[in-house]
Amino acid sequence: MTAANAGRWNLIGLSITLLTVFLAVLWAFPLYWGIVSSLKPENEVVRPYIELWPDTFTFEHYIFALTETEIGRWYINSIATAAGITILTVSTSMLCGYALSQLQFPGRKALYLLILASFMVPTQTLIINHFVLIANMGMLNSWAGIILPQLIHPVVIIVYKQFFDSVPKDFREAAVMDNASEFRILFKIYMPMNWGVTTALSIVVFIWSWNAFLWPFLAVTRTNMMTITVGITQVNDTFGISYASQLSAAVLAGLPVALAYLLFQRRVTQAITLSAGIKG
Amino acid sequence: MLRNSRSEILVALVLIAPFCAVYGLVFVYPTIKMLLLSVTDAPLIGPGEFVGLDNYTRLPGERRFNTALWNTTYFVILSVVPGTIVALLIALGVNRLSGRLQALVLALFFLPYILPVSVVYRLWDWTLNFQFGVAMHVLDWFSIPRIPVFKTTTWFMPAVAFVTIWWTAGFSILLFLAGLRAIPVEIYEAAALDNAGRWNTFRKITWPLLWPVTALVLTIQLILQLKIFDQVYLFSFGGRPNDTMVLVQYVYTRAFVSNQGGRAAAIAVTLFFIVIIVSVLQFQLLRLAGNSGKGDDK
Repeated sequence: MTAANAGRWNLIGLSITLLTVFLAVLWAFPLYWGIVSSLKPENEVVRPYIELWPDTFTFEHYIFALTETEIGRWYINSIATAAGITILTVSTSMLCGYALSQLQFPGRKALYLLILASFMVPTQTLIINHFVLIANMGMLNSWAGIILPQLIHPVVIIVYKQFFDSVPKDFREAAVMDNASEFRILFKIYMPMNWGVTTALSIVVFIWSWNAFLWPFLAVTRTNMMTITVGITQVNDTFGISYASQLSAAVLAGLPVALAYLLFQRRVTQAITLSAGIKG
Repeated sequence: MLRNSRSEILVALVLIAPFCAVYGLVFVYPTIKMLLLSVTDAPLIGPGEFVGLDNYTRLPGERRFNTALWNTTYFVILSVVPGTIVALLIALGVNRLSGRLQALVLALFFLPYILPVSVVYRLWDWTLNFQFGVAMHVLDWFSIPRIPVFKTTTWFMPAVAFVTIWWTAGFSILLFLAGLRAIPVEIYEAAALDNAGRWNTFRKITWPLLWPVTALVLTIQLILQLKIFDQVYLFSFGGRPNDTMVLVQYVYTRAFVSNQGGRAAAIAVTLFFIVIIVSVLQFQLLRLAGNSGKGDDK
């Protein structure tokens, strides 16, 4: 490669890098703009020109949202239901994934095929019968009613199965020789080995559940039982058409998941690549 | 195995029991009930008469069904391939960076994916607001007339597709990055020695080796976008929901607004089969198309 050639290459490389960084900033701009707008007083928000920084900072919209609306209650609903979904999904999937991976039992193949098949089935089409089911069980407007239909996450089982498959057989054989019970093998040997996977999966299942919209939107009609994701779009009266108030409510709804991502960035990345079947 | 197999079976049954109970209750049972409901004239809750395939045969003649079918297709066209291309280009750019800068830039691209749809809706409803939206000020600079984006049928779907790409690209970017990192550096070094240009390196090395990931991203995106509801529903507040209707939304409207459980179930079953057929077809097609790119076995 000649020197002139290399120089031209670096110039192109540099401009691609600059373009990427510029695009990243532009990409995140709506996030910034939403936050900044929520910190301006209402009369500044509607000024007919762009102000990237507020003249006067105010937390009045946040104070309003937290004290005058049911947002606190929605937070509790979201935390309870997302935690419920996470704990139930991850624990049942781990047990089932272990059985599929390590044990021989009749119907094993059929069960595995059923799980694989369920990847393709759009749960959105089941909303009618989920609603009928939950209504007949008397669980509309309850945490249990929000949680139950959201326990379908076949991908979590598959990730566990693949993880258990990859554990060297020696571990198990040694334990079997020691006459350890199957439960002991699972809880004392296999589980401690996969804390990383379990944490990663728990974080993403929590985020997915927090973000769920369609089912919580159908399962709840009373405003005090709404999750925050649904609540901020349904109760327009409390916020009126005050844009800043609406945005502050949106920031409050997004904050927990955004923080969860920023704190556990690595785990989230790992879980996402694992869930797509790519080794991360 | 030394263990006696009866106790192994017993343990297995205990371990799979909780999962099977949940799956039976909220997956298998509702699926069967949906099929049965779709051949009756039942309301949302309550019994109905058997009507055979009437609910299905009347679908092609319904204006709203055709609108919903077309809008869903249109949305898939606008979001799946363009979204994949955008994600690939961004991943290629991010992959060039290193260290803290890469982590920061990746986080900026990825953050939207982590947010709930209602937050995404609020942010873009504000950004594209006809009166006060920052995007409209930008249009003013270029003396382009302002567009009430979510209130016009022409702009609605492209705008929702754009917002969806913004929202979900982070996921695809992560997959592409994982794929790019799995390509051995030696291959690029060899290409550099051969004086292969940037474009040729991409075309002859990166693209074929990345193909399995591209196929995966396309498949995931397609299945995801066929099921679109949330964004379309939210952005159509105060707009023209009957013209911007998509299939899941039509199921919702029939079941929960018109209280026609049977007819709603027929639409749901139709969508159910569309998703299954399309994803199987696409999977096969992509496998065929990608035969030359095989061999990337991580």
